[in-house]
Amino acid sequence: MAVEGAVASRSGLRSALPLLAPAYLWLTVAIFLPLSAMVFFSFMTDLPLAGKPWAFTLGNYAAFFSQSLYLTLLLASLRLGLEVTLWCVVIGYPAAYVLAKVLKGRSREAIFLLVILPFWSNGLVRIFSWAMVLREGGILDTAANAVLPFKINIDLMYSYPAVIIGLVHSYVPYMVLTCYLTLQAIDDSLIEAGRSLGASRLQVLRRVIIPLSLPGLVAGAALIFVPVVGSFMEPRILGGRTGTFYGTVIEDQFVAVFNWPLGAALSFILLAVVLVILAIASPVLKRAA
Amino acid sequence: MAGVKVSNVSRSFGAHKALDDVSIDFADGGFYALLGPSGSGKTTLLRQIAGFDFPDSGRIAIGGESVERVPVEKRRIGMVFQNYALFPNMSVADNVAFGLSVRGESKAVIATEVQRALDLVQLGKLGARRPHQLSGGQRQRVALARAIVTKPRVLLLDEPLGALDKALRVDMQIELKRIQREIGITTIFVTHDQEEALTMSDRIGILRDGRLVQEGPPEEIYDRPKSEFAATFLGDANIFRGDATGNGIRLPDGTAIAADVGDRLAAGAKASCAVRPERIRIATNAEAADGQANMLKGQVSKRIFAGNNSTYFVERGGQTLKVIVQNTGADRLAEGQEVVLRWSPQSTVLIAAS
Repeated sequence: MAVEGAVASRSGLRSALPLLAPAYLWLTVAIFLPLSAMVFFSFMTDLPLAGKPWAFTLGNYAAFFSQSLYLTLLLASLRLGLEVTLWCVVIGYPAAYVLAKVLKGRSREAIFLLVILPFWSNGLVRIFSWAMVLREGGILDTAANAVLPFKINIDLMYSYPAVIIGLVHSYVPYMVLTCYLTLQAIDDSLIEAGRSLGASRLQVLRRVIIPLSLPGLVAGAALIFVPVVGSFMEPRILGGRTGTFYGTVIEDQFVAVFNWPLGAALSFILLAVVLVILAIASPVLKRAA
Repeated sequence: MAGVKVSNVSRSFGAHKALDDVSIDFADGGFYALLGPSGSGKTTLLRQIAGFDFPDSGRIAIGGESVERVPVEKRRIGMVFQNYALFPNMSVADNVAFGLSVRGESKAVIATEVQRALDLVQLGKLGARRPHQLSGGQRQRVALARAIVTKPRVLLLDEPLGALDKALRVDMQIELKRIQREIGITTIFVTHDQEEALTMSDRIGILRDGRLVQEGPPEEIYDRPKSEFAATFLGDANIFRGDATGNGIRLPDGTAIAADVGDRLAAGAKASCAVRPERIRIATNAEAADGQANMLKGQVSKRIFAGNNSTYFVERGGQTLKVIVQNTGADRLAEGQEVVLRWSPQSTVLIAAS
């Protein structure tokens, strides 16, 4: 039985090869080659441009460990990733639940469109619109003062909350979409069965719906956490001076300092850390699922 | 355990009247089938009793306690769903334990009760399995065990055997009936399968377009249907339409049909007669005249042989009549043959035209 299965899957793989080939070819060209170049750079003393002399070195990696700043920034970025992911769960999961289980027909399509909309707008435009909303005398400040009887001063611009708001806005659609897909696959009769057995709505949520939608939560969390840890655009524009994170330092190496080897080395350290975190988390999450 | 009393319940979805003034008394400990075609409101009625949906008007009482505004989780009912609705993230034992566990029973009590329920449905050894490792019939049993382990006041079944193949369905019918008798729980069973309703239930309620058409023991509904719909939906029936004569009807061509069963109708009113196909005797010649019997002449147009019986389709005055004849070894009739049909007035039900 098992042997037959293996044979079947091997012949299945052979017939699937023409279908897989374009994707793998593309991945090889678009990701593997540039990444290999970056690995190469990360071990160089300087870029081999304009005939400058260069040599192999481990110094770029050593820099990470010799200066506590990098570790501090990495931890700050990991915390940022965790916080943004948590907010995305808090905001995205209920939205996905309502989309999948409460709304039907036209209203579902309309709300879905609103969720997807951030995807279709340019990232920079999105961030600068937040800048207009969050700054002192901006839209939020003006609106709050127009409604409230007392004078308050809202200036969230160039602060940690502003970075969180911008990032959550950019990434919450991932959480909504992955959770929507798993929630939608849960048969409504399971919810009814739970309630017919005397479980309150909250008990059904905790014991049936959340466990069954955990794969979506995990997928969404991974899709959000990884890019947020390396993010630089939102921290730089919305965070100002407070917006120095690991991602902005890497960006600096590439666009300001022109120390590509150090930037590349810092990137790979981040990649390694993220992979280790995902590896540690995956058995725990798998058991829960 | 408790009886269920549904009084004047109506429920509309937009302009569609899913339930229209339905009243039924489900006796304590009885096995009740709600029978009807799809869209007749039988599932809607079951959902009102369960508490998934609330009626627009009318009352529902379980064990004398008014529950029409009580949510499902507080009604202490057990429900078996058409697709079983087992929790795929839990083992069989955890599925069965769910109701006890949300109620906060101790681990020891849960373990004992779950084992007893699984033993009752003859799945005592499969507690550790996952639902996807079970066959359809086994899943059905787990769903039943899960529904009864909490000792609900009433057991509700929504087409529970619909997804099973025929042989398994017959086994499960017997099994379900055995378990119901053993624990003596009031059971309400929704089905569109008339045979299932006939063989399993103590009483049947036939629904059509949101209204209760007829209600009573299976024998009574079968022998004394009160409408053409009840006559043709539960079992097969030949329907004759004409004018009431006082002791039967007169067909448009002048033939009189005597009926001893059913309502007495004033002469001249529009009326129908229903005759079950197995009550009609078919012969090739006019035998010794039987003054009492109804008699019609016709021609066999088709015969369907089904082993233990044959169904003859007999053309008579533009109407096709069905006659079922047991296979007793007598000569079979050929298609095209002229025949005489006879049946007694005691087998003829008079029905007021609707």
